[in-house]
Amino acid sequence: MAYTPKQVFLNGIWLDNPIYRQVLGICSTLAVTNLLANTLFMCFGLIFTTALSNFTISLLRDYIPKRIRMIVQVLIISCYVMMVDIIIKALVPDIHRFIGPYVGLIITNCIIMGRAEAFASQNKPLLSLFDGVASGVGYSLVLILIASVREPLGFGTLLGMTLPARDQWWHSWIIMVMPPGAFFMLGLFTWLARRWLVREVKS
Amino acid sequence: MELQNMGFFTSLVLIFISAAFTDNILLARFLGMCSCLAISKKVDTSIGLGGAVMFVTASTTAFNYLMYKYVLVPLDIEYLRLLTFIVIIAAFTQLLEMIIERFSEKLYYTLGIFLPLITVNCAILGIALFMLNKPYTFWQAFAFGAGGGFGWFMAITLIGGIREKIKESELPKGLAGPAITLIIIGIMSLAFVGFSGMLKI
Repeated sequence: MAYTPKQVFLNGIWLDNPIYRQVLGICSTLAVTNLLANTLFMCFGLIFTTALSNFTISLLRDYIPKRIRMIVQVLIISCYVMMVDIIIKALVPDIHRFIGPYVGLIITNCIIMGRAEAFASQNKPLLSLFDGVASGVGYSLVLILIASVREPLGFGTLLGMTLPARDQWWHSWIIMVMPPGAFFMLGLFTWLARRWLVREVKS
Repeated sequence: MELQNMGFFTSLVLIFISAAFTDNILLARFLGMCSCLAISKKVDTSIGLGGAVMFVTASTTAFNYLMYKYVLVPLDIEYLRLLTFIVIIAAFTQLLEMIIERFSEKLYYTLGIFLPLITVNCAILGIALFMLNKPYTFWQAFAFGAGGGFGWFMAITLIGGIREKIKESELPKGLAGPAITLIIIGIMSLAFVGFSGMLKI
């Protein structure tokens, strides 16, 4: 199978988007989208890890014995995740306190394992790097979209800045920043995205 | 309530209940969603995976606790915790798979197919990481792991039941599958929010 870079990019971002098409990486999507700032750091961590672990796994793809490839992949991924963890802790300790456990959970984020298994173990390193970035960006776009609905509705702020309406007539919907709000938002989003896609494929 | 002032068993029971209900790992902490969405189509597969997760969580949380407290902290290499935890979890599931295969063929066929899925279930690694933020003793950590695993088991079984019923109904285009499941989980999570504040451990 040969892919062109453009195809790879489109697949990762839109047609085969990890979140609403493949339904992978849901845990962190739900957990970190209550504040846009948290989301941005999480996205940075995920793009970094997917891209580099895809690249490394693809470089080593001919040397990893088939039987133990899962554990080798997990080890490669966790090395990069530790780097991200240390970087975020050093740069923004306040945010790290909240998203810390979820940064560690990037290891078991199925997007990374999924891409490693489906793409990097069969394709050339540079193309795999590209695929990793594309999947990461596709994930990030959905997360940023959801976070920029949840934060204003739930707290009346955006990136920590108070929106003018909050002090006048807006009452925050606390439910949006609690767990149920996350489930409802992602459910609605998946519904709309899939509906739109279905129509596109038909025409 | 302070954990130190409670009796030994009281604290264990309270930690178990709080991990299973007020702080449900699936509905309040969002962990283990991927395998939950993929597997919860039927009640019996949900029960199978849920049971396996409960067992692995309880045991590996205890292992990870010992490893962290007596190896990583004394050697001053806490930053290796992610690597250590994931290796322990992967090794434990692999070992469990081999043991089950050797001793009980029947159990292997009901449980064995789920074991590879467990390594990448974030609920297990997640419980181990959340445990680090709390001042638990060994048995309390074990109760926390067991409670978290039980909470996950309960949630996925309930979701499986609802999804079995909903399969009969006709849904708008695009809503079937993951979207409606997420909305169902949202409603369930709304119910579990009612438990919050009852216990704080």
